[in-house]
Amino acid sequence: MNMKKFIQTSINNERVEFICEPRDSLLSILRENLRLTGTKEGCNNGNCGACNVIIDGVLVNSCLVLAVEVEGKKIETIEGLAGKDDLHPIQNAFLEEAALQCGICTPGFIIATKNLLDINPNPTEQEIRKSLAGNLCRCTGYDKIVRAVIDVAKISNNKGDE
Amino acid sequence: MQESNLVREKKKFQVIGTRPKRPDGTDKVTGRALYGGDINLPSMIYGEILRSPHAHAKIISIDYQEALAIEGVKAVITAEDFPSLEDVTKKVGEGAVNIRYRSNNILAKEKVLYQGHPIAAVAAKDKNIARLAIEKIIVKYEILSPVLDVREAMKEDAPILLEELRTVSMGEKIDKPTNIAKHIQLKRGNIEDSFAESDIIIEREFYTSMVHQGYIEPQSVTALYNNDGDISVWTSTQGAFIAQQQISDVLNIPLSKINVIPMEIGGGFGGKVSVYLDPVAILLSKKSGSLPVKITMSRKDVLMATGPTSGSYIKVKLGAKNNGIFTAVHAYLAYEAGAYPGSPVGGGAVSLFAPYKLDHLLIDAYDVVVNKPKSEPYRAPGTTNAIFASESIIDEIAVKLKIDPIELRLINAVKEGDRRIDGPTYGRIGLIEILEEIKAHPHYHSKLRGKYQGRGIATGFWFNYAGKSSVYASINGDGTVNLIEGSTDIGGSRASMAMQLAETMELPYESIIPKVVDTNSIGYTEGTYGSRTTYSTGWATHNLGNELIRLMKEKAAAHFETEIGNIVYSKGNFTSSDKEISFIDLAKLMKGNPVTASSSIHPKRASPGFGTHIVDVEVDPETYKVTILRYTAFQDVGTAIHPSYVEGQIQGGVVQGIGWALNEEYIYDDTGNLVNHTLLDYRMPTSYDLPMIDTVLIEVPDPDHPFGVKGVGEVPIVPPAAAIANAINDAIGHRLNRLPMSPKNIFESINQVK
Ligand code: FES
Ligand code: FES
Repeated sequence: MNMKKFIQTSINNERVEFICEPRDSLLSILRENLRLTGTKEGCNNGNCGACNVIIDGVLVNSCLVLAVEVEGKKIETIEGLAGKDDLHPIQNAFLEEAALQCGICTPGFIIATKNLLDINPNPTEQEIRKSLAGNLCRCTGYDKIVRAVIDVAKISNNKGDE
Repeated sequence: MQESNLVREKKKFQVIGTRPKRPDGTDKVTGRALYGGDINLPSMIYGEILRSPHAHAKIISIDYQEALAIEGVKAVITAEDFPSLEDVTKKVGEGAVNIRYRSNNILAKEKVLYQGHPIAAVAAKDKNIARLAIEKIIVKYEILSPVLDVREAMKEDAPILLEELRTVSMGEKIDKPTNIAKHIQLKRGNIEDSFAESDIIIEREFYTSMVHQGYIEPQSVTALYNNDGDISVWTSTQGAFIAQQQISDVLNIPLSKINVIPMEIGGGFGGKVSVYLDPVAILLSKKSGSLPVKITMSRKDVLMATGPTSGSYIKVKLGAKNNGIFTAVHAYLAYEAGAYPGSPVGGGAVSLFAPYKLDHLLIDAYDVVVNKPKSEPYRAPGTTNAIFASESIIDEIAVKLKIDPIELRLINAVKEGDRRIDGPTYGRIGLIEILEEIKAHPHYHSKLRGKYQGRGIATGFWFNYAGKSSVYASINGDGTVNLIEGSTDIGGSRASMAMQLAETMELPYESIIPKVVDTNSIGYTEGTYGSRTTYSTGWATHNLGNELIRLMKEKAAAHFETEIGNIVYSKGNFTSSDKEISFIDLAKLMKGNPVTASSSIHPKRASPGFGTHIVDVEVDPETYKVTILRYTAFQDVGTAIHPSYVEGQIQGGVVQGIGWALNEEYIYDDTGNLVNHTLLDYRMPTSYDLPMIDTVLIEVPDPDHPFGVKGVGEVPIVPPAAAIANAINDAIGHRLNRLPMSPKNIFESINQVK
């Protein structure tokens, strides 16, 4: 049997410690050990984006990250997005625009959108489509997802101007 | 919000037609909603499945002693652990399934019939141990040659998949071994004479590959076989009662012992009706001494071994007069059923020319087994293949006769009173309205810009299904209403049920609290398929609302000390001459004296759906990559309850259709090995491949339904393949007869590569 490893990390601004095997993916640790099941598994090989999380400001497919790699890192998952009193504006925009049907892809899209807007607060439609190309949605045809992202970018930018 | 895409006569509703947030929305954007794989029970163990590496082989022996001896392994099962079953055909969803075949598909008995066919299953205390144990199971095979092409499989000397299979041809059994499970013939009029009188006749062949529903959530099941024999199954399914029935059939256990608890579902599109893992998890739980067992498929398992829809070979001959009137159709359809009988070829045969008046047709359709996974329904099952063929030929006729493609369709379009080839007479359908709307739409009149750009149109059809639904409600002490239903919410149906109840009861949308519950907690309800939920469950909800209002009128009458006949209910208020009390105040007065009601419904029929799409494409002359420039889908939606979700259904269906048209296909090597079993190689459209998908919702209400609802979910996948093929022809003057229209296939078609 493999030697278990003890890992200390930060998830959604909370200090988190866990024990894992070197072969465990971050996705499996999040979902099975830490019960953070908001991060979804669609393919387990980097092709759907359902497992998106942000590590130190970088968008990753958590199924392709080994859990041992996150020692000392700062991880953001879907569970950490909403504020104390309200949803995150991206979450609100997805609801307003009906940008989800089954919703399984939604956490991944919302995390990918957050990362996009952190880097580029004013993306064009083509930039949005390109940035979200790593996330598969089989239900919506992406139309309403792209609209939700356009909306939220507009709203945040207007606020910024005030 | 766009409102302008809604073509509606007059607005007579308060809640219907608005776009409120869905009741389950917050849970779904925060990651709190629990899907199939998100359940974690105390002492839960994990199941893994051993699958066949061969497409066609006899199982000589299975030895799992070494696997069982591994520390942490709790149980191993094979098909021997399943009861032996008679050949009994049962209704599952909209189709019928032989339960012995269903059982053999879940765990192979004697033979494996496709790569990925399950053979044995292990439960262990963690996934890694379960995987290790799977590797230690020794299976001896006698490898047989596989049959991978539908027409090869129909040949006299083809290897036989199922020794006992006999063709049922138009009701008669033909007594010799075969891979042809069924031959259906549809016939009307006299095609010979009508072809002889035609001015133009076009005959073409069409080929399509298997494609997958592509839901993002792989199948996942957790089951507990309790010490008292009661079974609980947590699963994401399109229909909890349909899952319960199949489990009961396959394991020979009474329905009442099985409670199916539906988790949130991450997409289905027809692919989450049949069960795969559920009976396996139940038996593993039993053998492990009543520990809950969770099994989740990998993406490779999903693609290799859950239902794609059929690949097909279709030949169509269509005749027409110079004035565009269609004269006769002769067609031949052969669909791959996969390993066991049951392709949707029957639906394909009927839908082929369902949008058009035709008095002379002869259509032969064949259901054929091949060494590929058992096909399962996929959104308008069987119809996309068929309409790719018919709408391509119709376009060719339009071009040859120099008739505008919309005009040609208008000349031949079915309307109320016309009879479909399988018997039913059309009711209030909206095909003419759709075609007229397109003629007036800016997209149809816009100019194309580039040399390699083209425009195509195609019409789609789907039967739509009604089916059985049950709902229950109780009025709370604060005037809100709990709405309990059995219909899986796969894309916003909690919202559309709450809206229909709110409309009926003249209450605000927010005061309805919908909940989808397990099979122990609600009356029988069929699955969410066939575009039936908003229609049938919505209708049941309407009846429920009326009953609740009647009961509340009784309470109001008692309160005012008068007869119920004197009570008038309007806009949330009960009145009797000069006295008035609001719904909320009356509910408050009733504390501890609840009002409850239930309603079950089985409408006889549902209005079929029609949609016509226009697409503009550009073909790269060097790489043959096809880019979608603009897309507009027009559909008769009856009444749009929540227009955003109606648009969403259409947009999603269109994009699945675009994927099918341009990229998606099952690629097998000669040994029956699925080559593209990842989402990198099984290439579904991404946001970067697409423009916005415009929709025009045309409301021609179903006169039977209390709100005029028509099913919308299936139709939109049907037209894209034909519309895009027609657009490619418009762009480069070359007709394609093979899906997908990938750069490779376009290149080969243009260069006549064989
Ligand atoms: S699960 Fe990680 S990319 Fe699909
Ligand atoms: S909403 Fe179902 S996959 Fe995106």
